[in-house]
Amino acid sequence: MVDARGLSCPQPVMMTMNEMKKLGKGEVVILVDTDTSRENVSRAAKSQGWQVKSVDSEGTGYRITIAKD
Amino acid sequence: MGYEMLKGLTKKLFATSPGIIGVGAFIGVFAPLLQKWGNPGNMGVCVACFERDIAGAIGLHRAAVVQYMRPEIIGFVLGALIAAYVFREFRPRTGSAPIARFVLGAFAMIGALVFLGCPWRAMLRLTGGDGNAIFGFLGLIAGIWIGTRFLKGGYDLGRVQRTYTSVGWLLPLTMIGFLVLMLLFPQVSGQNQSGVLFYSTQGPGSMHAPVIVSLIVGLAIGFLAQRSRFCTMGAFRDLILFRQIHLFSGVVALLVAAFITNLIVGQFHPGFAKQPVAHTMTLWNFGGMLLAGLAFCLAGGCPGRQLFMAGEGDGDAAVFVLGMIVGAGFSHNFGLASSPKGVGPHGIAAVIIGLLVCLFIGFTMRKRIA
Repeated sequence: MVDARGLSCPQPVMMTMNEMKKLGKGEVVILVDTDTSRENVSRAAKSQGWQVKSVDSEGTGYRITIAKD
Repeated sequence: MGYEMLKGLTKKLFATSPGIIGVGAFIGVFAPLLQKWGNPGNMGVCVACFERDIAGAIGLHRAAVVQYMRPEIIGFVLGALIAAYVFREFRPRTGSAPIARFVLGAFAMIGALVFLGCPWRAMLRLTGGDGNAIFGFLGLIAGIWIGTRFLKGGYDLGRVQRTYTSVGWLLPLTMIGFLVLMLLFPQVSGQNQSGVLFYSTQGPGSMHAPVIVSLIVGLAIGFLAQRSRFCTMGAFRDLILFRQIHLFSGVVALLVAAFITNLIVGQFHPGFAKQPVAHTMTLWNFGGMLLAGLAFCLAGGCPGRQLFMAGEGDGDAAVFVLGMIVGAGFSHNFGLASSPKGVGPHGIAAVIIGLLVCLFIGFTMRKRIA
């Protein structure tokens, strides 16, 4: 779980990248609270070969689930 | 329903490569055209220059040749505000080290005015044939590179908090106030003052496209750039940090479009000497933008992007903008800004102090310390 709420780019992307690197594969949930971060995190995940499983509104932000087998 | 679908589609489009490339190209076409319509040479929509002119218009400095209430800047903020409301992205937020952002904004402006331009103008100068801009451009990239080292080392100004909607409106309201002042006290030909506003009668501040044209282009750029998150600093930062070319493709589009537009309208004049509103001191063209690039990177956005973020409710970006406007006051009041003759009497000292301040911010504001 990566909580990037309240942080602006590039922090959410850096945190997501670090988590993807650490785990190698599996599932990661990222919380963000701006549309810019939602786009950037999704784009970064795809660029690393991860799939964006779901993007759900949560509170005033989004819960992004990414995964890699 | 149809409206919601259209909005969803538009939302997706702008987050894609064609979206960001289209926006870069739009700016690349209209910035040189604004010059054709009256704006100063190779200045197009330079955010640093135009905020400096606004500082002059409201008398924060009295440099007689750079005073004009630039409608483009007003348009950038209000265009972004409109886009943010239409697409429900207005998020009032603040509290991520605002004072650090003010200081970064002030020194970013001081650095930009040693070079004479923001990153947008560096590109417009380059595509207008100004060879001096090469060194400004290299300085910008070097400054951003240093900034990315800090980011990798844990540099972070901290989380924002949600706040009152009215907080997010303060900078847009300030811009509306500026626009009202301009309508109340319009320029009077040959006079350097109209009511409370100053107007240059000569020099770059006296050169401008018709008010309504400037405002409309500004609004359009503000709207589109809010949608696409266009950012020149982010372009190089993401390329260096993540090898990501998304934002960078927008910058390339701007360069190509501006170059072609300049060629077509006869504004391409290659050379180093006698370029419009530029000097030939290579080291300080580099040094000024080194400082500016580092400050933009530490503050998370180029001057244009800070205006767009301020328009979507980011109070910290608004503080950065105010820092830049005040920094322009310092620059011209204390001889820090360059002129076509070269750097100002205290420009070099200001760049060195600015770099030290940025290093102080970069080294001390790290997660492990906070």
